[in-house]
Amino acid sequence: MLKVIRDLLRYDGRFRVAFIFLLATFIMSAISYVSPQDPGRTFQVPLDRSPSLQYPFGTNSRGQDVFWWMTFAVRNSLYLGLITAAVSRVIAIFVGLTAGYRGGYVDRILMSVNDSFVVMPVLPLLILLSFLFRGRMGLTGLGVLMGLFGWPWDARLIRSQVLSLKERSFTRTAQYCGAKDFHITIFEHLPFVLPIVFATTINNMIWSIGMEVTLGVLGLSNVTLPTIGTTIYWANAHQAMVAGIWWWLMAPVVVSVVMFLGLYLLSQSVNEYIDPRTRLRRIGA
Amino acid sequence: MPLLSVKNLHAYYRTEAYGISRTVRAVDDVSFELQKNEIYGIAGESSCGKTTLIKVISGSIKPPLRIEGGTMTYTFDGRDVDIASVAPEVMRREIRWKEISYVMQGSMSILNPVRRVRRIFRHVVDTHQGIDDKRKFEALCRDHLKKLGLPPDILQAYPHQLSGGMKQRIAIALATIFRPSLIIADEPTTALDVVVQRGVLQLLKDIQAESSNTVLLVTHDMAVHANVADRVAIMYAGTIVEEGPTEVIFGAPQHPYTQHLIASLPVIGDKGTRSALPGAPPNLASPPSGCRFHPRCPMAKEICRRVVPSMIQLDTLHRAACHLVGEREEA
Amino acid sequence: MSTDARLLELDSISKVFHIGGALTGEKLTAVNNVGFQLRSDKPEVFTLAGESGSGKTTVARLILRDFPVTEGKILYEGSDTTRIRGRRGTMRFMSEVQPVFQNPFDTFNPLRRLVEYLIETALNFGIASNRKQAEPVVDDALKLVGLSFDEVNLRYPHELSGGQIQRVSVARALIPRPKLIIADEPVSMVDASLRMAIVNVFKRLRDEENVSVLYITHDLATAYYISDRIAIMLRGQIVETGTVDNVLGDPKHPYTRILKESVPQPIPEVKGAWAKSIALSTMEVREYGRIGCKFAGRCPNVMDKCRKIEPPDVTTAGRVVKCHLYEPESE
Repeated sequence: MLKVIRDLLRYDGRFRVAFIFLLATFIMSAISYVSPQDPGRTFQVPLDRSPSLQYPFGTNSRGQDVFWWMTFAVRNSLYLGLITAAVSRVIAIFVGLTAGYRGGYVDRILMSVNDSFVVMPVLPLLILLSFLFRGRMGLTGLGVLMGLFGWPWDARLIRSQVLSLKERSFTRTAQYCGAKDFHITIFEHLPFVLPIVFATTINNMIWSIGMEVTLGVLGLSNVTLPTIGTTIYWANAHQAMVAGIWWWLMAPVVVSVVMFLGLYLLSQSVNEYIDPRTRLRRIGA
Repeated sequence: MPLLSVKNLHAYYRTEAYGISRTVRAVDDVSFELQKNEIYGIAGESSCGKTTLIKVISGSIKPPLRIEGGTMTYTFDGRDVDIASVAPEVMRREIRWKEISYVMQGSMSILNPVRRVRRIFRHVVDTHQGIDDKRKFEALCRDHLKKLGLPPDILQAYPHQLSGGMKQRIAIALATIFRPSLIIADEPTTALDVVVQRGVLQLLKDIQAESSNTVLLVTHDMAVHANVADRVAIMYAGTIVEEGPTEVIFGAPQHPYTQHLIASLPVIGDKGTRSALPGAPPNLASPPSGCRFHPRCPMAKEICRRVVPSMIQLDTLHRAACHLVGEREEA
Repeated sequence: MSTDARLLELDSISKVFHIGGALTGEKLTAVNNVGFQLRSDKPEVFTLAGESGSGKTTVARLILRDFPVTEGKILYEGSDTTRIRGRRGTMRFMSEVQPVFQNPFDTFNPLRRLVEYLIETALNFGIASNRKQAEPVVDDALKLVGLSFDEVNLRYPHELSGGQIQRVSVARALIPRPKLIIADEPVSMVDASLRMAIVNVFKRLRDEENVSVLYITHDLATAYYISDRIAIMLRGQIVETGTVDNVLGDPKHPYTRILKESVPQPIPEVKGAWAKSIALSTMEVREYGRIGCKFAGRCPNVMDKCRKIEPPDVTTAGRVVKCHLYEPESE
């Protein structure tokens, strides 16, 4: 693992940028644990101070240090993204591999469920559900909920890949080795599907964090929890733009740009690295 | 005056991925001449460098493939052309199709399946020689097809309606429409059935006989060379190991590799045991020292491991690169 | 020969594929009333020869139970293979009948080590109960094909030549100790110098290991070299079948004759043999739907009734020919 990171750092410019951006993001979310400020409390610092050495991101109209607030926001948004990605990956891989490999009626049933999810209007549904569960739903709940909606496109992608792998002779060889279906799926097909899984994981994280921003801005997520979305919600609620407290909005924008770019570049570079063709080149083919 | 003279050609692939750089010596010190009015065969197994060799001599040299030494000079109508230094625009307008054309394995399958054969012809003709008059173009195509003994109606057909053999013959028709000096045929019949292969090769031979140009036929199938080529060169691991008139190559091969290649071919009517060479063709990223064939050669000696054998002229047209042949000649 | 003396019996099988959609689709009879038997008392190499689209690969896949037959029955050791159900039945069938595929570079997952497949086979079929026990089993199988465990251990597919991988593929198939190997074009993608190593393995399996081989190929020369009996297929039908010496030594069916003539001989002196031009089909698919003899459109000896009536199977000169020319009343 360390060697992989070293190789990527040395030979891939995209990975270097991604590494720096994501490291910054992780450090930020990590130091939230040593924050001197409790994000739940207000009026702890002077109001509306512009960025300075003492308050690097300034302070907001609620008397909170925006920098420390953002450390919690980044941590929560990342957490949410990871939960969503994890839940939806599990479903996407399971559905994609099973539908693709088994074919027949299993495929037809899974794909009709899949397509129903594809056509479902996710945003209105999420708004409705968030409204219903408002206050009772924590970040984990929201993450799982979004995970339940975030898999169908990726499952289709994985399925189509498996459909073509199934026709390759090595799948037939594995069958004549007496391998069970599960074994074939995991050992023969999964390695070829991994690049898709990885790319879609990161896209999925970006989607889920972005979706939370939408819900947050609308005030539909739990606004007492600091996230990138709720930061913008509070800034709007206090009319930060009108009041000229631009740093209150600037902070979430800059942080999310750094995070999204970092994630995007990471997916690009790691994807190339784990692509079977590149892997083959590395083992010397 | 030969049509093409290749001297000491070296063409390598240089790649780098995650800090591992590799040099594949696909063509390593190759020299040969193509005469006018002949069918020259190049035989060799997969990854012996024959595909790279044709890429290079047809002027499509793109990184990671690079020329690392040697010259390739064509003589078109008394004019010398160094193919490696021709501008891409000149290459496209004046040389491809008009002087050098190319027929490869399954040529027609890369063409747009929803375009009629006529439009495919139109496209090729337009990019190389403007014929505005529709009737003139039609006449040119029909004449050409008729001369090749192909039904002119096929202009009307879509590629997917045609059989593999017919597609390949249309590809040959297309490649010869401007009467090029050189037709490079790269495994033109490899994916085809034997009966169809026979028809396609017949066509290729007829065209050559009729227009007295040069055909460079590249295939791993020795039996095809025996039936079609005038001269044959045998490639092994990036080098030419033996070259000579077809009758000599098949009648009295000198290089152990050629000898084996010919002796291992099964023939209907003869059930005598055939054996295969031990080992496998070498990896061109790290070829063996000395003679590249020595690890598989049943007659290898000490010197073969150390010294790269030089080409020995056995006859005006016959040459081979083998230490054993050299010793025999000296004795 | 009683039924139970047969290892494999194809009882007039047909396979119809539906191409295209439900409304616009067409029917294609890829295999049309094909029957042959392999004997169980004495192992043999039986060749199914034909050009692309003759249905020979479909026959292989039908025997391997990749899809069901439309009509007829396939009997393995007297029992219908469509009756095989469940994992246990499938495993038992696979321990007796094993395949070797055409493309060595696709037979094994390029990201996995070759030896894993062999060890897995030994474990899954209960030949060995753990990895340590499996290694000598794998080594024995590899030795049968002229390789060894140490040569293959830790290697990825790309590190071996096509010929070597193909031999590994045969070794893998041998591990469950099958009685029958179905080899679908096993040498067509392997270099000429390495081909005979694979073909010789099949000979050896028959002579020393009591394994029968169904050898599917378009290459008549290797078919002649290794097989005992041969069936020539054309557009889904067997047109001539008998011992290889009878059928290829003295072909009777006009198609077999043309096929044999078209095989290029690796002898330059017989170049003239190809001078006579032959008819090729322009559009392939049409021949499938032909009533009467499928070869009527290209046959040099075609008669009126060939276009109307399907020829019967006639036994003559030690083989069965599907041709009107040999009907008793027409002589």
